[in-house]
Amino acid sequence: MKFDSFNRRRFLGASAVAGVGLAAPMHFVRGAYAADMSCNMPTGKTVTFGWNIPLTGAYADEGNDELKAFKLAVKHLNGEGDGGMLKTMKPTALKGNGVLGKKVAFVQSDSQTKSDASRDGAKRMIERDGAIMISGGSSSGVAVAVQGLCQELGVIFMAGLTHSNDTTGKDKKRYGFRHFFNAYQSGLALAPVLAQEYGKDRTAYHLTADYTWGWTQEESIKNATEKLGWKTAKAVRTPLGAGDFSQYITPVLNSGADVLILNHYGKDMVNSLTQAVQFGLRDKMVNGKKVEIVVPLFSELMAQGAGDAVKGILGTSNWDWKLPDEATKNFTKSFGTEYGTPPSQAAQTCYVQALLYADACERAGTFYAPAVIKALEGFEFDGMGNGKTLYRAADHQCFKSCLVVRGKEKPKDKFDLMEIVKVVPREDLMYDPKIFGGDLGPSTAKQC
Amino acid sequence: MWNNPARNDWFLLAGFSLVVLCLPLILEPIGAAYPALMQKFCIFGIFAIGFNILFGLTGYLSFGHAAFLGVGSYAAVWSFKLLTMNAIPAIVFAIVCAAAFALVIGYVSLKRSGIYFSILTLAFAQMSYNLAYSVLTPLTNGETGLQLSLQDPRIIDALFVAPQAGLPRVNLFGTYTSGGGYAGFYLCAAALIVCFFIALRIFRSPFGLMLRAIKSNQNRMRYTGFNTRPYLLAAFVISGMYAGLAGGLMAVTDPLVGAERMQWTASGEVVLMTILGGAGTLVGPVLGAAVIKYFENIFSSFSVTTLQGVFGFLPDAIERPLVSFLSLFVGDGWNLTLGVVFMLIVIFLPGGLMEGLRRIWSLFDRRPGGGDKVPAAQTQPAE
Amino acid sequence: MDAILLQVLNGLDKGGAYALIALGLTLVFGTLGVVNFAHGALFMLGAFCAVTFDKLLKLESVVVDPEKTTAWGSKLEIRTPYVEAWLGDFGRFLHDYSVPASILLAIPVMLVIGIVMERGLIRHFYKRPHADQILVTFGLAIVIQEVIKHFFGANPIPQPAPPAFAGTAYVGALFGMGQTLAYPWWRIIYMFFSLAVIGAVFAFLQFTTYGMVVRAGMHDRQTVGFLGIDIQRRFTVVFGLAAVVAGVAGVMYTPILPPDYHMGMDFLVLSFVVVVVGGMGSLGGAVAAGFLLGILQSFASMNEVKSIVPGIDHIIIYLVAVVVLLTLPRGLFGRKGVMEE
Repeated sequence: MKFDSFNRRRFLGASAVAGVGLAAPMHFVRGAYAADMSCNMPTGKTVTFGWNIPLTGAYADEGNDELKAFKLAVKHLNGEGDGGMLKTMKPTALKGNGVLGKKVAFVQSDSQTKSDASRDGAKRMIERDGAIMISGGSSSGVAVAVQGLCQELGVIFMAGLTHSNDTTGKDKKRYGFRHFFNAYQSGLALAPVLAQEYGKDRTAYHLTADYTWGWTQEESIKNATEKLGWKTAKAVRTPLGAGDFSQYITPVLNSGADVLILNHYGKDMVNSLTQAVQFGLRDKMVNGKKVEIVVPLFSELMAQGAGDAVKGILGTSNWDWKLPDEATKNFTKSFGTEYGTPPSQAAQTCYVQALLYADACERAGTFYAPAVIKALEGFEFDGMGNGKTLYRAADHQCFKSCLVVRGKEKPKDKFDLMEIVKVVPREDLMYDPKIFGGDLGPSTAKQC
Repeated sequence: MWNNPARNDWFLLAGFSLVVLCLPLILEPIGAAYPALMQKFCIFGIFAIGFNILFGLTGYLSFGHAAFLGVGSYAAVWSFKLLTMNAIPAIVFAIVCAAAFALVIGYVSLKRSGIYFSILTLAFAQMSYNLAYSVLTPLTNGETGLQLSLQDPRIIDALFVAPQAGLPRVNLFGTYTSGGGYAGFYLCAAALIVCFFIALRIFRSPFGLMLRAIKSNQNRMRYTGFNTRPYLLAAFVISGMYAGLAGGLMAVTDPLVGAERMQWTASGEVVLMTILGGAGTLVGPVLGAAVIKYFENIFSSFSVTTLQGVFGFLPDAIERPLVSFLSLFVGDGWNLTLGVVFMLIVIFLPGGLMEGLRRIWSLFDRRPGGGDKVPAAQTQPAE
Repeated sequence: MDAILLQVLNGLDKGGAYALIALGLTLVFGTLGVVNFAHGALFMLGAFCAVTFDKLLKLESVVVDPEKTTAWGSKLEIRTPYVEAWLGDFGRFLHDYSVPASILLAIPVMLVIGIVMERGLIRHFYKRPHADQILVTFGLAIVIQEVIKHFFGANPIPQPAPPAFAGTAYVGALFGMGQTLAYPWWRIIYMFFSLAVIGAVFAFLQFTTYGMVVRAGMHDRQTVGFLGIDIQRRFTVVFGLAAVVAGVAGVMYTPILPPDYHMGMDFLVLSFVVVVVGGMGSLGGAVAAGFLLGILQSFASMNEVKSIVPGIDHIIIYLVAVVVLLTLPRGLFGRKGVMEE
């Protein structure tokens, strides 16, 4: 007993002393260099992008589609494949030979739809793998968390699918950019259609995913519908990833509300919507009106999951693969031939973000973050599927048209699930950046 | 071990400190020498040491320790938001809050023992987690995670320093500990060493002996007229404080808290770490924490292509089934490796990795009686 | 009134699931004295029996039409499931009813899994402390769920209920209360299904000689052994039975909640709370506590209740567990001397 423990300690002690004696000076020198780690300016023949996407959790379907889009974007940037939107984007500085002559490589990490895990993953990609840019999303909670981290580390974050007002509002960051539209714009787009379809005398009941996106969407939709003259019966928060929503749906049935607004996304929306339909909500008459369900943020992937339940349900969407423009056709074709399915709106926004970042580097002539930020701010482009688009400098939010969509009654095949009701032009979706507050912060480079 | 405690213990402490401080060097060859991961080694090491003070010494299996970690993290971030970006007040605040929380939960939970104690701690932890996610949102910011904002008052900082543009970073009197770099790691390493030292003193103290006595036979202790509850409660609170410190350090190195770090699976993880390393031993829990976190970060990034690279020299007929079998265990499947290793350890090596090392040692130690077991390595429940 | 009835129904259907899982858990504990943290994994395995069966039915022949392409540019594929090609209408029927039909697959599979688990692992832990049992079965649960994750992916796989039962049941109409009280068909079926399974288990233990011996073994294993009965063998069967109960509960639950690899862990915590509230080792207690907690949870999530005590719906189950444990140490129906000092 005495001897073996002594041996162990002696061994530990001796080896550690030896180690420290030999290498301590080297280490402290290293520590001094460590200061410019966070910059990650590429030195070799490649430049590394980091994809931080949810491959598990409530938004996993979107995450998997985003990853496909990123991989496609890398291919196109490196000049492989058919080029996709590279051919339609204008103006563009991209040549299809990588970025600034360097081939694009990528690393990925599963954000698990959780803020802690996503920050861990992003940190690993930045510190260990030398990623110069982080992109990805699906949960605004994750996007806000990772965006904060990227600001701190001085790495640009090109947000993927994130729809909360906070991402480019209260929590906006100099290093964060969002191409996707937001809940406020959904409200602006959706309200006129709702008034037209369901009238101005309605009572709404909200079920809301309990985090930043749900909160802001609930607020935006509430404001927009109350302006129409609708009343709000109740807004109930549900935990993200709840699975069984029955206990939240049963109180709706007798609440006197005649519209159920589901501020859910991904699998949560699939579950809550199918369960609401199973509870007979859509066959019910309240106040002499047929009860309706509205899903403010809608996507093809969720429609696939929910099956028949989506038929006739209204919502908004950032983009749809059935749009007639050239860019959409090109992208849909290259995505479709590559993976056998049409791209979702999540795929499109991520693909566009990757291209926009690469293009900004080309235009800036450097990977130096503050210069790239300058190149992105106020940039106006076209040919990416959403018509003329502006990256507003004041809040790093993209302004472009968006869609009001409805679940198709008679789909032709399993991907033809939504019809476009209305393309809302960009002018109708503009707002003053001051209404959400927030501050971008400095664009100073971090230890570069 | 008891013959000359002071000298041997100083050796152990010195050795441990050297290993911890030299981690960046030691880990370089195995690709784990980046700050975020090494911080985790230290933080979870502290968490596991604390858990071990409760479980290893008294045998009370708590399935709710992550709650204290979460409380510590929230407390620290609130200290950043309200008072100052300095790490010290945040850590103190984290420990104090976790201690208060542990006192309440411990007082109630320790009314029962055995599996009932486990269920009680589990129930409290799940309640905290669920509340943090729902009605406590003003305090915790729910799923979005509590984070710093520009509107925070930061009363003390506002008095002394002119505010800079953008969000401030956590610092320790001018050295930044968050946002990458080695300063955060060294702070955690120093905390780990201090924690290890305190644990060492507790293990060797009469108080530690008392806790072990409770573990081996609580009834007998009671028959001798001993009230065991205060001792148990003290152990519970101390271990809660360790968890709070770990949570505080998490916030110091990255000032954002998500509620999922309070979930019961997070509590399960610290149980895994402690058992894997060796419950009741001093170094075991730290070792277990490091092994698990290393696997999680490095092992999980192995992919099928990595494996194909490693086994590329084999003929195809052997390589393909081998790679497809091994791919079960790497990448996304690292949890499987963890589960299998954990089961094997519980079945064959109840003393954990430390006992394994000891057995290997005894093979080389030819002195008679050189290989006997340390009594503390045996896990006995408190029933 | 409708609102109350609706909550009762909701509570009963949640409670049915809790009770079924807790029943198996406490059966194993009462007879074998083993705290099985892998029981949730058995529930999950059952659910994945349904997934596997459905996948088998969905195996399809793929013919690629090189001439035509889809609107998104890939080659048009024509897919026909083999089952429909071979069996025609019956195949289609089987396809529609894949969830209930997969019970036939789940029973033998779960029985084998249960027996193998008992023989291979649990048996060696009868004499080890409860903490070791918890740890080793916790490890086993991780292993099982990771294996499932490897083969089925990390994401939930929805299993539709048979079309005939996928819609809404107007329960109110049955009792002449009009169209107002509506509830999903499948949830009502699940409720009756759980009652039937619980009844069957009790009947087995109460009215068969085999069950009688098992009950005797629960009380005094040694004496039963002295009587020359191979109690070990019976316990293996009991473990298998518990696995089957958990498995079929999982199968039937898939249309309510799309199964994923960690659903077992989610239910495990709840079912442990149920078992403890009911009293460790008391079968009746587990069932009663399951339904009780289901109903309590359902009522706690009514808006009227939540406006008085905010957040109560998230913690009610744990709160009840804490209160019961502190005031009635043996749970509601626990026997003396189980899991005490």
